Amino acid sequence: MSNSFVELNDVKLRYSEGDELALDTTNMKIDKGEFIAVVGPSGCGKSSLMKLVSGLMPPTEGNVIVDGKEVSGPLKIVGMAFQNPTLLPWRTTLDNVLLPMEIVKPHRHRLRKHRAEYEERARKLLATVGLEGHEDKYPWELSGGMQQRASLCRSLIHEPDLLMLDEPFGALDAFTREELWDILQNLWMIKPFTVILVTHDLREAAYLADTIYVMSKRPGKILVERENTLPRPRDQETTFTQPFTDLVHELRSHIRDVRES
Amino acid sequence: MKKKLNLRKATPWLSAIGLFVLWELIVRIFNIPPYVLPTPSESIIVGWQFHEAIWMHAYHTLYTTLAGFAIAVVFGVVLGALVGSSRAIYDAANPLLVGFNSVPKVALVPVLVMWFGIGTVPAIITAFLISFFPIVVNVATGLATLEPELRDVLRSLGATRRDILIKVGFPRAMPYFFASLKVAITLAFVGSVISETVASNVGVGYLMLSASSKFNMPLVFAGLLVIAVMGIAMYEIFNVIERRSTKWANRGNPTN
Repeated sequence: MSNSFVELNDVKLRYSEGDELALDTTNMKIDKGEFIAVVGPSGCGKSSLMKLVSGLMPPTEGNVIVDGKEVSGPLKIVGMAFQNPTLLPWRTTLDNVLLPMEIVKPHRHRLRKHRAEYEERARKLLATVGLEGHEDKYPWELSGGMQQRASLCRSLIHEPDLLMLDEPFGALDAFTREELWDILQNLWMIKPFTVILVTHDLREAAYLADTIYVMSKRPGKILVERENTLPRPRDQETTFTQPFTDLVHELRSHIRDVRES
Repeated sequence: MKKKLNLRKATPWLSAIGLFVLWELIVRIFNIPPYVLPTPSESIIVGWQFHEAIWMHAYHTLYTTLAGFAIAVVFGVVLGALVGSSRAIYDAANPLLVGFNSVPKVALVPVLVMWFGIGTVPAIITAFLISFFPIVVNVATGLATLEPELRDVLRSLGATRRDILIKVGFPRAMPYFFASLKVAITLAFVGSVISETVASNVGVGYLMLSASSKFNMPLVFAGLLVIAVMGIAMYEIFNVIERRSTKWANRGNPTN
């Protein structure tokens, strides 16, 4: 038994019988607390990978192991955030962030009695992403960047062991995006959790991840596994250093090969 | 600003008065005989002469309509929840619902009379049958159009179907539900009045039928006006309830 936290063994995925493969023989090993990024051309099955790991979709062949157990249904403790913040418009920011607490055990049974304690926790988390003073606003009163921060808080409030991010910063302007990179990196460095980040922004992958996987066109397959040893914490300056630009260049040429193949 | 607001509030009254004035003028200018089209003033005067009878019949129609509407709300919400939360039930129920809704309800009244006799019961059932469809469709739509990403977020937290329905499905369906109530209440009036006209001896529909058989057209039109006023009043009540309970859907803008 290896000590990886997430393991994909010869996983293949077909959406329905007779379809072409969405994902071809994929193997991955992710350590506990590791931050990985998956990059690739659009439609290459990056999002399917997330659904497989979180158990929302069973693999057609092979198996997925998380925390030593084979995944057979939706995992119950995964945090998720998408490009679309999907906040609930009838709830305030604070109540949106508290949503997972109403669902995840054992919190759902404790929430009513210990409301104040949980609210305090949510307020603290919101403060770390710069949303202090916006707790009682509704999502439509927040900017896109602020909504995405709240969505990030919602995915982290229950301290998940596994965080899935599907192009979470894709719809934001460049400055907000880079600000959120720092916020995410900070949260992760304070208390490391395992992250799977799906993105098509190569700079984002190079900035955040420990390991970067490059995927091929459909049927998706992992072509390159690239370790990223740039020192942490990475900041604005890092992005102008030679090793960083070299890494982005290298990833870019992989993607070019994939697209031309 | 304040003047503008007052003008907005006055607009519906002005348009109603304008319509009556136009109607009155056309009848007088073209000398249309009252047994074809009475003037609104005549209708209102006759309506006042018969106000006791009208009041009794209107009260009965309102009661019948609300009873049918109440059944439609309960039935519509339950069926809408089932249809909206399960693909299989949707596939099974949809053609039946659409087919049923296409049947003219007036054609069902004789059947109902055979089963329940003349009077209030067929009227309540007709009001119910005609008004539940929009409620079912809207509740089901509100539930079924949940964003797949949001469903994934909740499922990967260990949410059950019931959790998803209560935390997200129902709150999300509320604006759809209230919008359908406004449509349903006006349809319920149509249903009860149709049934009263065909098979009853009480209610505004019956009043109009018996008035027309005596060529008392002003009284027929008085009955129509009473139904319209009741419809507007009920619509407005549900409009206010809708705005109060689903503020978020209007982005906090109360004038919508």
